[in-house]
Amino acid sequence: MKYFPLLWATLWRKKTRTIFTLLSVTVAFLLFGLLETVDYAFAHPSSGVTGADKLLTLNKYSVTLSLPFADVREIRSVPGVAEATWITWFGAYYQDPKNFVFALPIDTDSYFNLHKDEFVVAAPEMQAFRNTRSGALVNAALLKKFGWKIGEKLPLHSTIWTQKSDGSLDWKFDIVGTFSVKDATQASAQSSTVLFHYEMFDEGRSFGAGTIGWIEERVQDASQAGQIAAKIDALFANSPNETKTQPANDFALTFIKQYGDIGFVLRAILGAVFFTLLFLTGNTMMQSVRERIPELAVLKTLGFGDAKLLGLVLAESLLLCVIAALVGLALSYAALPIIKLGLRGVELSPRALAPGLLVAVLLALIVGLPPALRAMRLNIVDALADKR
Amino acid sequence: MSEAIVSLRNVDKRYTRGKQSVEVLQGLSLDIPKGDFVALMGPSGSGKTTLLNLIGGLDKPSSGEITVAGQRLDQLSSGGLAHWRANHVGFVFQFYNLMPMLSAQRNVELPLLLTHLSAAQRRANALAALTLVGIADRAKHKPNELSGGQAQRVAIARALVADPTLLVCDEPTGDLDRKSADDVLHLLQMLNRDHGKSIVMVTHDPKAAEFARRQLHMDKGALLDGATMA
Repeated sequence: MKYFPLLWATLWRKKTRTIFTLLSVTVAFLLFGLLETVDYAFAHPSSGVTGADKLLTLNKYSVTLSLPFADVREIRSVPGVAEATWITWFGAYYQDPKNFVFALPIDTDSYFNLHKDEFVVAAPEMQAFRNTRSGALVNAALLKKFGWKIGEKLPLHSTIWTQKSDGSLDWKFDIVGTFSVKDATQASAQSSTVLFHYEMFDEGRSFGAGTIGWIEERVQDASQAGQIAAKIDALFANSPNETKTQPANDFALTFIKQYGDIGFVLRAILGAVFFTLLFLTGNTMMQSVRERIPELAVLKTLGFGDAKLLGLVLAESLLLCVIAALVGLALSYAALPIIKLGLRGVELSPRALAPGLLVAVLLALIVGLPPALRAMRLNIVDALADKR
Repeated sequence: MSEAIVSLRNVDKRYTRGKQSVEVLQGLSLDIPKGDFVALMGPSGSGKTTLLNLIGGLDKPSSGEITVAGQRLDQLSSGGLAHWRANHVGFVFQFYNLMPMLSAQRNVELPLLLTHLSAAQRRANALAALTLVGIADRAKHKPNELSGGQAQRVAIARALVADPTLLVCDEPTGDLDRKSADDVLHLLQMLNRDHGKSIVMVTHDPKAAEFARRQLHMDKGALLDGATMA
C-alpha cells in the first residue's frame, strides 16, 4: 500500500492518454461482461426455475422440419405426460417486416389446458375466441402498441404459408380479445404474441396440411422430465421423423442456435477485441515506460532494486487494467436490462465478475511484462546519461 | 579526518563501443577522508562522472578495488549495490531529476519507501529534510511550480532524508544562476560543516569548487594531483 501514491501519480502522469486507455479497456470489459452473460445463458439454458414441468419435442435435425400430427397421439400415451399440444411457426409481420408478430396457430383446448394458470383472458373473450373460427387473441401490450381494437380485422403477412384459396401470403383474423401473462419473467417473451386457431390455419394453408412444427408437453412430475423426454424420443427412433425432446425453457435458445454456434461467435468477437486490446494497452505501457526511463533510473539510483522496479511497473499495469475492468463489468451489469429486451425468453444473470477479473489480471501481466522487464534491466549510467 | 570514507586502488574502467574498447579511468587510486568535501574538476571526457558513478555504486570498475563506507563495492552484486546505495549514499544531479507528478514532499519521501518507517514517520522525516534545506513552505508544490534553486534544494533534501554518510553531487549548480548556485553551495557547505556529511562534487565551475575543502583535477582518466591521500 505504501507504493500506491507513487503508482497512482504515475498512472495519471499523462492524463489524456490514461483516460483514453482506461476507456478502451473499460469498453472491452463492458463487452466481455455482456457477451459472457449471454454466452452463459446459451450454454446453460435451463437455469431458469419456471417451466420445469414443460417439454418440447422438435424434429431431431432442424426446427424448420415438420412432424406428423399423429405424433401427438403417441406422445399423449407416454406415462407421465399430463398434456400435449401442437404449434407451427407462422412467421408473421404486421404491415412492415420490422413489425414482427409472434403469431402461433394453437389447439385451444390443449394449449390452454397445458398453460393453465399462465394466461389471463376474460371469460367472454375466451368464449368469443372459441366461437370464432378466424378469431385471434392478442397480447394486450401488442394491441396497445399498434393501436388495434377488439372487433377489428387483423391482417398478418406470413413469410412461409400461402393460402390454399388464392396463394396469398396475407392472412386475415378477427381480434376477439386480449390476454396477458401472469409470470412477469415471461411477460416480455410473450409481448408480441397473437394466438389463432390451428384448425383454420391447417385447412387454409396450401401445403403442409396434417403436419405440425413442434409439440409441447406438460409432465405430471417435473423431476421425471428427463426420463419422459428420453421415452418420447425413443418412440420415434429410427422413424423418418426422429425427434429431440428438451426442456421448454431451451426452445428460444435452440431456435437461435439454428443460425450458428453462438458460443463460438461470441468467443470470436471477444478474442478479436482482446487481441486488439493487447496491442493497444501494451503499446501504451511501453510508451509510458519509455518516457520515464530517466525517472526509473533515478528510482534505481535511490536504491530501488531490479525486482522492485519490475513489481512497480507490473502493479501499474494491474491498477490500470483492474480499475477499467471493474468499471466495464459494472456497466455491463447495469446494461443487462437493455440486453434482455433484445433477447426475449433468455434468462440473463451476471456471471462475468470472476472470469472478468481473471482476464484483467492476465491482460495486465501480458501487457505489463515487456515494459517491466525493460525497466528492470535498465542500466542506470546509460539511462541517466541523457539527463542528469 | 583520518578514516577514509572512499578508497580506490588501481581502478580501471573501460567501455566497449562497437569493436572499440575505450579506457576511461586508468590505474586510479584515491582516498577521501570521512567528513571531507571534495570538488572533482577537469575537462569534458576526463572521467569525472565515471569516477563519481563508481564512488556512488552506480557502476562497477573493470578492475581494481573500490571501498566506500567500509564496503567493497566492486564485489557487490547489482541487488547488493542497490541496497548499499539506499543506505549509504545520497545523489544530487545537475537537472534535479525529481518526479514531475509528485509534490516536493512526496519526492523527498521516495528513498524512505525502502525503509520500514510508517507513513507518518516518512512524512515527518521528509518535512524535517525540507526544513533543513530551507524549503518546507514549498512541500506541497510540484517540481514545475518550483524555481531551479528550489528544485535543487528539494533534490538535496531527497539525498539527505535517509541520512546517508556520503553525498555524491554531479554538477549540482550547472543549471542554476549565480545567486541560486551560491545558495545551493552554501547549503552543501553547511551540511558538510555542521552535519558531518562527506561530499564528492563534480563541477566545471571554479567558483563552485572554491566552496569545497579540496579540489582534485582530472584529465584523460587520471588524477593530475597524483594519488591523493588525506
